[in-house]
Amino acid sequence: MGYPHPIHPRETVVLSKHFGDAGARTYDGWVERGGYQALRQALGMTPAAVTEAVKTSGLRGRGGAGFPTGLKWSFMPVGDGKPHYLVCNADESEPGTFKDREIMRWTPHQLIEGCAIAAYAIGAEVCYIYIRGEFTDPLAIMQAAVDEAYAKGALGADVLGSGTRIEMVIHRGAGAYICGEETALMNSIEGKRGNPRIKPPFPAQAGLFGMPTTVNNVETLAAVPHIITRGGEWYKGLSLGNPKSTGTKLFSVCGHVMKPGNYEITMGFPMKDLIHDLAGGMRPGRTLKAVIPGGSSVPIMSAAEAEAALCDYEGIVEQGSQLGSAGFIVADDSADMVYEIYRLARFYAHESCAQCTQCREGTAWTTKILERILSGQGKQADLDLLLDLADQMTGKTICVLSDSCAAPVVSGIRKFRDEFDAYLSGARGPVLAAV
Amino acid sequence: MSGQAAPAGHPDVPYEPVFVGKTRERLEALFPKYPTRQACLLPALWMVQEARGWISPQAMAEVGEVLGLTPAYVKGVVTFYTMYHRHPVGRHVIQVCTTSPCHLCGSSDVVDALLTHTGCGELGATSPDGRFTVIEVECLGACGFATPVLIDDDFIESVTPERVPGLLARYA
Repeated sequence: MGYPHPIHPRETVVLSKHFGDAGARTYDGWVERGGYQALRQALGMTPAAVTEAVKTSGLRGRGGAGFPTGLKWSFMPVGDGKPHYLVCNADESEPGTFKDREIMRWTPHQLIEGCAIAAYAIGAEVCYIYIRGEFTDPLAIMQAAVDEAYAKGALGADVLGSGTRIEMVIHRGAGAYICGEETALMNSIEGKRGNPRIKPPFPAQAGLFGMPTTVNNVETLAAVPHIITRGGEWYKGLSLGNPKSTGTKLFSVCGHVMKPGNYEITMGFPMKDLIHDLAGGMRPGRTLKAVIPGGSSVPIMSAAEAEAALCDYEGIVEQGSQLGSAGFIVADDSADMVYEIYRLARFYAHESCAQCTQCREGTAWTTKILERILSGQGKQADLDLLLDLADQMTGKTICVLSDSCAAPVVSGIRKFRDEFDAYLSGARGPVLAAV
Repeated sequence: MSGQAAPAGHPDVPYEPVFVGKTRERLEALFPKYPTRQACLLPALWMVQEARGWISPQAMAEVGEVLGLTPAYVKGVVTFYTMYHRHPVGRHVIQVCTTSPCHLCGSSDVVDALLTHTGCGELGATSPDGRFTVIEVECLGACGFATPVLIDDDFIESVTPERVPGLLARYA
């Protein structure tokens, strides 16, 4: 549902059905709402059959990369005798994205159940849920729910009397966007600086503490119990015509819309309707200028592109951007695109772990050049310099943070060139002090 | 400085260890949850900050000793994460989001109101009465509730400049 708003008739609520319902937070409350049936059912299946059901569903990673979840699980070795780990990525920090927070604070047991099923499927006895340090409410709610699940026998040495051991640990982050990158996250759990690791080895070969590991996003794992009870075919059938993008997905919509919130829709839903109908459209007298759909790390879409796009992995690529984590940042005609791009560049410069030169220098210089333009001291050549820098920052580093900084800059210069030109020609006065 | 007590963390003040009694028990209870002691580093640093409000060089050395890590290693980790304070802060720490989604929705005005009403004057500063420190943070992950503000552990949604004086009144 579009929490904090009531369910919109055009939503398909699966994950968000109990958002806003505090009664769903307790173990008993969750059981009353049908919870823990899926875990019981999964424990009666073979781990391979659980993975197969998830493969059939077509579920893809909801953290941003969109990698098929069942396939990822199947990369985990079988019978290797090593400890396996499941890591739940709850480090939600992508600007514009605020869906995992709602899953955790309203339906903690939905996530615990999904984690337990996934842990069983990949042969992991330990699951770490890594929650960003700023999420004080989700941290407290998830910890209370994990404690309760232990007390009720849904976690621990003998999960629901099945003889299977699943331990679950809530691990608090401490303020670092990059720890949402899976290898940085593993380093952070290990008590290290959150620097991303070079891949390969991939986590399924050598991940957390050097052992086979699967890292999944909160929303991905929360979908798993529903797939187990209702079947992979049911989930796949929720697709609106595109068999590569299946199921429902939470779309966070924020910025210049009347009703910001999380809307759960089937993949393939028209973006135009998501923005103008579900999210309430623009403020009176305002028109849509731009949408950054993937959280901030993807190319900016013009209004025309956004209104033509379908909300799924392929539909957004067709209109020149990416679905990412589906955090929609909506800007109307009052937005200063040059400033907003500068603010995003500053975000990436602040969050760069600084181990790769292209990223450390590139994000910092991109920010400084944009600052120069906004202070009225920019030159036409600065735009070429920004594009050249962006080229050096794309596909050349250990992780994609620097690519993420380049994406809004390149698309912004291409699509909103007139706004840059206005600062460069002096037609628009400076908004930042001279540097 | 004569006549004034040296502040906690000052080299002249004897260091009081954090990991004694109950806090030590809490830390040791975490050991079985991880295959290495090093993995308890972030939780241990949180315990220090909870007890002292910030993480002094002496506290970093203590954490290192308890977990079998060097002080330099601990410092390297502390400096990576923005939420660990390496200097004393006000009694209440206010973190306000100013990243693009919140900026679009007017977070600059919320920042101005916070700086004015706390008396901090500028970001990163502590008010003269030692009550508040206001810092700007990157995306708090609540973009649909612009502008979110974190005061100590209280996550407050949809803050407007008008709400600021009433909010601050709750913190002595």
